[in-house]
Amino acid sequence: MTTPALTPGQAALSILVMAAVTFLTRALPFLLFDRGDHPPRIILYLGSVLPPAIIAMLIVYCLKGVSFASPAGWVPALVSGLVAAGLHIWKHNDLLSIFGATVLYMVLVQGVFA
Amino acid sequence: MVAIEVIPMNRKTLAAAFPCTVPVLMGYLAIGMAFGLMLQSIGYGPVWAAFMSLTIYAGSGQYLGVSLLAMGAGLGQVALLTFIINFRHLVYGLSLLEKFHGMGPRKLYMMFSLTDETYALLSSAQAPEDVGPHDFYFTIALLDHSYWVIGSVLGALAGQLLGFDTTGVDFAMTALFIVIAVSQWRAYPRHLPALLGAVATVVCLLLVGADNMLLPALGIIVLVLVLARPRLDVHSTAKGADAT
Repeated sequence: MTTPALTPGQAALSILVMAAVTFLTRALPFLLFDRGDHPPRIILYLGSVLPPAIIAMLIVYCLKGVSFASPAGWVPALVSGLVAAGLHIWKHNDLLSIFGATVLYMVLVQGVFA
Repeated sequence: MVAIEVIPMNRKTLAAAFPCTVPVLMGYLAIGMAFGLMLQSIGYGPVWAAFMSLTIYAGSGQYLGVSLLAMGAGLGQVALLTFIINFRHLVYGLSLLEKFHGMGPRKLYMMFSLTDETYALLSSAQAPEDVGPHDFYFTIALLDHSYWVIGSVLGALAGQLLGFDTTGVDFAMTALFIVIAVSQWRAYPRHLPALLGAVATVVCLLLVGADNMLLPALGIIVLVLVLARPRLDVHSTAKGADAT
């Protein structure tokens, strides 16, 4: 456990901003298009092509701490990431893929490469 | 007399809605628990887990939120990244406009609670004949939300009480995004957006470093996607490929 980087007030404010923005993204279509207007094609287009690009961006973001200075810096993430993808292609089970890979990663960083 | 009539009706609605939500029950308890564990590992306990899950109620959004809290991100960055990760929701509501029509004040809650999983259930589930569709949708949404809150509090409690070494539990976020990416790869006809997302972000990581990489990466992604629209904008784009 680490000491939080924010005061409780700052953390609460951050969380409320996340809540407000999340609600906004969910409510916007209802606010804008409930009268039967058609959404602009560019929004529909971005809505279809952005999600895979953003998920790929977030995977890279998650792996930003990887270091190639020693095997301990990259082998656990590489192996566990491949296991997550492999399990998912094989079994199509979200929970199995996520938990299998996370437990493996924890074992690798705490035990094997500690 | 009113109460006697109301209770059996609610029970009937619950009996119809609950079976539909069982897959979400299992998923949310598990993913919620992993969220609670991650949150606890950066120093925020069960009360914070409940607060986030009650007010934000988003899987990948809250996983990212843990990372934002951990690094003490500024509010502008918090707002922007939350918007980016939830961008897909902008399209969800479009297909549910009809279903939610005439729900009154409950419609606000229906919009708030529109996670990927609830969206998937509501898109497909049909209310039985003797149950009002609006009661049915509302009950499904409420049940899903409660699973998510319970799961995240349980996870935070487990981290606090059991006190086991949670080093590495944050990989759950990476694994979640990899799982979503694999599902998208199968569902989407074109892979350029995913490849573009990865390449642009790696380039920005190398050029500007880990702390400032997301904004320029997003800018490049949106710009290239807009420029490539004549090639990519086809009607046969897949929908509903996202998890959590």
